[in-house]
Amino acid sequence: MPVDVRRVPEVQYATLEQQGDTAQLGIWAFLVNETIFFGALIFTYYLYRMTYPREFAAAAKDAVLWCGSLNFFILLTSSLTIVLAINAAAQDERPNRMVRWLLVTLILGVAFLGVKGYEYYLDFQDKVVPIVDFEVKPGEGSAGELFWIFYWVATGLHAIHLTVGIGLVLYMLLWPIRRGEIGPAYYAPLEVVGIYWSFVDTVWIFLFPAIYLVGRS
Amino acid sequence: MSTTTFDDTPRIEPTARPSYLTEENTVASWLFTRDHKRIALLFFASITFFFFVGGGAAALIRMNLATPEGLLQPSLYNRMFTMHGIIMVWFFLIPSIPTTFGNFFVPLMIGARDLAFPRVNLLSWYVFNLSGLVVLYALIMGAADTGWTFYTPLSTVYANGYVFAAAMAVFINGFSSIMTALNFIVTIHRLRAPGMTWMRLPLFVWAIYAVSVVMLTATPVLAMDTFLLAVERFIGIGLFDPRHGGDPLLWQHMFWFYSHPAVYIMILPAMGVVSEIIPCYARRPIFGYAGMTIALMAIAILSFFVWAHHMFVAGISIYAGVAFSLLTFFVAVPSAIKVFNWTVSLHKGRITFDAPMLYALGFVLLFTLGGVTGLMLATLAVDVSVHGTYFVIAHFHYIMVGATVSAFFGALHYWWPKMTGRLYPEMWARFAAILTYVGFNLTFFPQFVLGYLGMPRRSYTYPAEWQIWNVLSSAGASILAVAYLLPLLYLGWSIFRERKADANPWAATGLEWTTPSPPPTHNFERTPRVSRGPYNYDPENDRFITQEGTPHAR
Ligand SMILES: [Cu+2]
Repeated sequence: MPVDVRRVPEVQYATLEQQGDTAQLGIWAFLVNETIFFGALIFTYYLYRMTYPREFAAAAKDAVLWCGSLNFFILLTSSLTIVLAINAAAQDERPNRMVRWLLVTLILGVAFLGVKGYEYYLDFQDKVVPIVDFEVKPGEGSAGELFWIFYWVATGLHAIHLTVGIGLVLYMLLWPIRRGEIGPAYYAPLEVVGIYWSFVDTVWIFLFPAIYLVGRS
Repeated sequence: MSTTTFDDTPRIEPTARPSYLTEENTVASWLFTRDHKRIALLFFASITFFFFVGGGAAALIRMNLATPEGLLQPSLYNRMFTMHGIIMVWFFLIPSIPTTFGNFFVPLMIGARDLAFPRVNLLSWYVFNLSGLVVLYALIMGAADTGWTFYTPLSTVYANGYVFAAAMAVFINGFSSIMTALNFIVTIHRLRAPGMTWMRLPLFVWAIYAVSVVMLTATPVLAMDTFLLAVERFIGIGLFDPRHGGDPLLWQHMFWFYSHPAVYIMILPAMGVVSEIIPCYARRPIFGYAGMTIALMAIAILSFFVWAHHMFVAGISIYAGVAFSLLTFFVAVPSAIKVFNWTVSLHKGRITFDAPMLYALGFVLLFTLGGVTGLMLATLAVDVSVHGTYFVIAHFHYIMVGATVSAFFGALHYWWPKMTGRLYPEMWARFAAILTYVGFNLTFFPQFVLGYLGMPRRSYTYPAEWQIWNVLSSAGASILAVAYLLPLLYLGWSIFRERKADANPWAATGLEWTTPSPPPTHNFERTPRVSRGPYNYDPENDRFITQEGTPHAR
């Protein structure tokens, strides 16, 4: 049985339980901030979408639907697998099941980035990269380029957030889990990572319809 | 929410432990410290530096305006007022009280051993310095010339300066704000000592809580706004670009959605400081404690619904103008409640006019004048007339410099013995406090007159008949400079030469005074147990009761 080396909370906490509670409150407070950060961007997007409905719809037709949908599926599944990992951490003294689910989560995260990268490649070929290589398509007008700026900014920021998430999962695997610090007695750090991961997923739940679905009929 | 009990941890016997200052002495022990008190001092060093950089720019501005022809090249003048604004707002005023006194005293006042996330706290300081380096880079390379508000399309298309670097500095700086705010919110929720209920919290802690909520929720909007601006500046096309159907006004909406609350980010902690100082030096409980806490939160929440009062002449609809004007008047209600309560707290008190009290009283007077002129500006018709004039400049300097910087110095003197273990020379400090008040009014009151006469802000030149008011203002600025430099000298001297301070030199009631000066590394010898609210002073005699419930005599 692995030994819990971190029975002692950090000096500012009375108990491990308090430390875990505090970490959870911390990540939720951080996500309030993140929600407003992405919220401001999505708000801006819909503002312009309402101002230029036809131009935006015309531009959005060039977004690669199958890539977006596949990624939607991948990311949603990864949220499930990370929850299963947390569940395993809470139940099993042995880390095997948790590690397995975390590895699946990692693979799904990297797969998302892979698909996204391929989609960016297709976008380049389609000449929808403002400044670098941009061609105004019929019906887009000049406002169509606004759609594509939003597209690159939003998906880029989302990809950065997902990369951070992948880094966090890797860190959990390579450091606290390997040292046997995560188990039924204390798994708050893994929960924090899971909450963050689900948030990144949630952002995609909002970006996906905004980019790929609205006005496509 | 739960409170902390340290029952499980071994009780530390009172011994002569070294203080947080002397526990370790290596450079690394400072640069990699997790102690909130040391991090507070690191922040103090950083913001003091930027205060004098921003002050240097102000000195050039006032030198230039002493004569109608001006001294600087117009383009240099533009860069100076821009950098003055950017540095003073984001690199001094916004972090000032929270990162230094908030960092140092929130854990002490709630009876905690540290902030909830000490590493995040340290990271916040590094991020702050990173953004500071970027802004210094922008400044040294030739600065930005857009004004601190970065209005588009001037900032995205027409400005020549280092707008990208300046905007990135503001963007990065936001992360430091957010980390600090998050730490305070979580700490105040989760690490209060046993018995420290919400309605027993010192008002300074309430103020830091209110300001943290505003920081956490407003800063991300500015972050997104400046990020989009930087993208647009960098690649030459973006969401605020009218040539592609973008709306330049959107920038202003998002900017003020942050920057109006930012005014409250600057003033709320100052209100907290004054609420600590006034009861202590009037030897009276604060009047209307519950009202004070409600007013703080009301200001924090209302601050999100008034932003477009900065845009009355920017082409927003008249109905929006009326609504935002009305909402702005609402903010005056909790602000007025606070001023009323501070004033009543003096009634029948036994007032000693020591330096912190002088600064605090200066705060109340200057804040009142700044607030009343704010109401004038909130009135649509008046704003249309004086928008973009020195009237606006004078108004917000009364709030942000007159009030906030006075409170900053008040806090510095009030808590100096706790932070350093030394007293400060009282006579010099009183002199500096009075000099600040005189110098400030001489600098900025003439600007109300100039604004009323119609002198536009951001202009390097003006008609000769306005010179007398400008000379008065510049003369005041030089007095103010002396008043701000003076504490640097005598406080620096006091560290080596002044008498040592005991644990509670002002006979105050907060938990921070129940531990030695300067405090040991984890703040308390034992976990404090709180049995009553703050400010148990008695104006009739010398007795006071600390929050732990132990009676003392001065
Ligand atoms: Cu405002």
